[in-house]
Amino acid sequence: MLKNYFKIAIAVLRRRKFFTFISLFGISLTLTVLMVLTAFIEKLTNPVYPGDKNNRSLYITRLTYTSKKGWINSSGSSFYFLTHYAGSLKTPVKMAIVSSNSSSNAYVNNKKVVIDIRYTNAHLWDVANYQFIEGKPYTIDQINRADRVAVISERTRNEYFGEGATVVGKFIEADNINYRITGVIKNVPELEEVFYANMYLPYTVSKKDYRDKGFQGDYSAVLLAPSEQLLEKMRAEYEQMTARIPLPDKAFDTLHSNADTYFETYSRPFFGKADNNGYVRFIVFISLFVLLFMLLPTVNLVNVNITRIMERSSEIGVRKAFGASSKTLVYQFIIENIILTILGGIIGIILTVIILQVINRSGLIADLDLTVNPIVLLYSLLACLFFGLLSGVYPAWRMSRLNVVTALKAQ
Amino acid sequence: MDNQLNHSQLITDNSQLTTHKMIQLKNIEKVYRTDTIETLALSSINLDIAKGEFLSIMGPSGCGKSTLLNIMGLLDAPSKGDIRISDQKTDHLSDKQLAQFRNKKLGFIFQSYHLINDLQVLDNVELPLLYRDTTAKERRQLATEALAKVGLSNRIKHFPTQLSGGQRQRVAIARAIVGRPEIILADEPTGNLDSAMGNEIMDILINLNRNEGTTIVMVTHDENMAHKTHRLVRLFDGSQVQ
Repeated sequence: MLKNYFKIAIAVLRRRKFFTFISLFGISLTLTVLMVLTAFIEKLTNPVYPGDKNNRSLYITRLTYTSKKGWINSSGSSFYFLTHYAGSLKTPVKMAIVSSNSSSNAYVNNKKVVIDIRYTNAHLWDVANYQFIEGKPYTIDQINRADRVAVISERTRNEYFGEGATVVGKFIEADNINYRITGVIKNVPELEEVFYANMYLPYTVSKKDYRDKGFQGDYSAVLLAPSEQLLEKMRAEYEQMTARIPLPDKAFDTLHSNADTYFETYSRPFFGKADNNGYVRFIVFISLFVLLFMLLPTVNLVNVNITRIMERSSEIGVRKAFGASSKTLVYQFIIENIILTILGGIIGIILTVIILQVINRSGLIADLDLTVNPIVLLYSLLACLFFGLLSGVYPAWRMSRLNVVTALKAQ
Repeated sequence: MDNQLNHSQLITDNSQLTTHKMIQLKNIEKVYRTDTIETLALSSINLDIAKGEFLSIMGPSGCGKSTLLNIMGLLDAPSKGDIRISDQKTDHLSDKQLAQFRNKKLGFIFQSYHLINDLQVLDNVELPLLYRDTTAKERRQLATEALAKVGLSNRIKHFPTQLSGGQRQRVAIARAIVGRPEIILADEPTGNLDSAMGNEIMDILINLNRNEGTTIVMVTHDENMAHKTHRLVRLFDGSQVQ
C-alpha cells in the first residue's frame, strides 16, 4: 500500500513540475532559515569553548541607573565596582574581570592587522577554559608588576608572525607599545561577548585608570560558583548585596546590576529591562516568529494541494468507486504530503549545510563554527512532519468529501 | 480474440439465468435540487436483475441512465426507494461499509476509462485490491491473471497514455474483474470506441457473463450492443418505458 502511495506521490510531483518547485522551494527555504537560526541560537545558548563552565557561571555585564522621572543611564561596570562589591561575595570561587573590546591596528609587511584587545585579571584563565596552543597565561605577579605581557589568539599569531610560528617570548606591538607574548590560545568565536579577543593584556597596563571609584566603566565580570547547585544561591547573594549599595549619584533613584546566566545576557538587553531578564519574552517571541514563519509556506502548500486535488478528482472518484473509504483517502493524501515535505526537508538540510559552511568560511563573524547538530536535525525532521500534517489535513479532508459521481465527471 | 462468440445465440440464450435476484430496485426516485429548481431525474423505477443476467439500459441522453447505474453501484443515493444487492439492504451502510461493499461486490467500467495515468497498467489493475487484505504478491498475481483474461499480458509495464482506446478499456475491464465481483456496472463501455474495438470489448463482457456468471448491467446508446444482452430496459425522461 505504502509503495503504491509512494509511486503515485512521485508521479504527481513529476507531473506538475512548477507546482512541485513552488512547494519544495517554500518548504526547503523555510526549513533552511529555521535551521540556520537554530544553529545560531544553539551556539548562543549552549556552553561552547571557552565558556565550558557556563552552567556554573553568572555574568555581570551592565550597570544601570534609573530615576522615577524616567531617566536611564546604562553602561558596563567599573573595575572598582566589581572588585569592591562583587568581589566581596562569599559563594563564588573565582571572578574573571574583563574589559570591553577595543581595536588596535598593527602593520606587518605593509599589511594591516586588526587586533581586538581586552584587559583582564588572572582569574579569567580559571573561569574560562582557554586552550593554549603554546605557552601559558600571564600570572598574578606579572599583573601586579604591570608587566607588558600578552596572550594572543592563534589567528593574530598567524597574521602577525606567519602561519604556525613559535612566538612565546617574542614581542607584539599594539598602540605603539611592545608586549611580550606569554601564550597563544585557540581562536574564540566572536559571538562570545565576554571571552572573545585576539589579545589579552593585564588590566594594570590599561591606559584607563582602573582605580577610579565610579561604579560605571567598561568592565564585565564572570562569577564562578563552586557547583551548578550553588548558582542560584550565588545569584541571590549578589542581588541582596546590590540592594544594599548606596547610590553614588543622587540624580537617580535605583541601581540595577544583574548576575545573569549566559542565555540571559542575550535575552535581557533585547527583551527585558533592568529588572526583567526577558527570558519568557524571548521564548514567546521566538515561538511566535517560528510559527508565523512556518505558517506562510503552510498556507501556500494548502493552496497548491487543493489545486492539485481538483486535478485528481477523477482518480479520487475511481478510488472511491473501487472501495477506498474517505478515511483511507485522507490517509493516502497525508502520506503523499509527508513524502513531499520530507523531500523538501532533505533539500533544506543540504542547503543549510552549504549555507553554514559559507557563513563559517566567510569570516563574517570571526572564528564562528556553526554546525547542524543532531538536535537541530531532529527538530527539523519534526518540523517537516508538522508541515506535512498541517498542510495535508485540510486538503485531504476536502478531497475525501468529494461526491464520487461529481468527481468522476470532472476530467 | 480467442473466444469469439456467436452473438445471435446470446439474444435468446437465457438458460443460464437463475431466479435468484442479484439487484432489486423498488420505487426508486431521484430528484436534483438547487435553490430555484427541482429536477426529477428518475421516477418510480422498479427493476429486478437476476444473478448471472446481462442487462442493458438504453434511452436518449439525459433520460437518467447513468444516474440509475450510479444508484445501483451505490455511488449515488436515491431520493426515495429501496435498493437491495445480494439480498442486502444498503441504505443504512456507513461510508466505510459502503466502500467495503463496493470493493467486494461491484466492479465498474466507465466510458472514458478513468485509468490513473501516473500508474502503470499493472498498478491500475491492482487498485481495487489495495483496499483489501492482500499481500503485494497476491495483488500482482491476481492483476496479471486479470490482464491475461483481457489479452494484455504484454502491456503490464506500459502507462495508460501509451495504449489505444480499446486497450485502455480492456485495462479498465481487468481492473473491474480483478477483485472477482459478482456484479459489473458498465457505463457506455464502447461509447468512445470504433465498432471493431467496441465488438472486442463486448466479446470480453459476454465471455465474462457466460463463463464466470458475472451479473452485468450496461448503459449503452448502441442498439446493436444492447441486443447482444439478455434483456433490454428503456428509459425515457427518468421513467422506465420497457
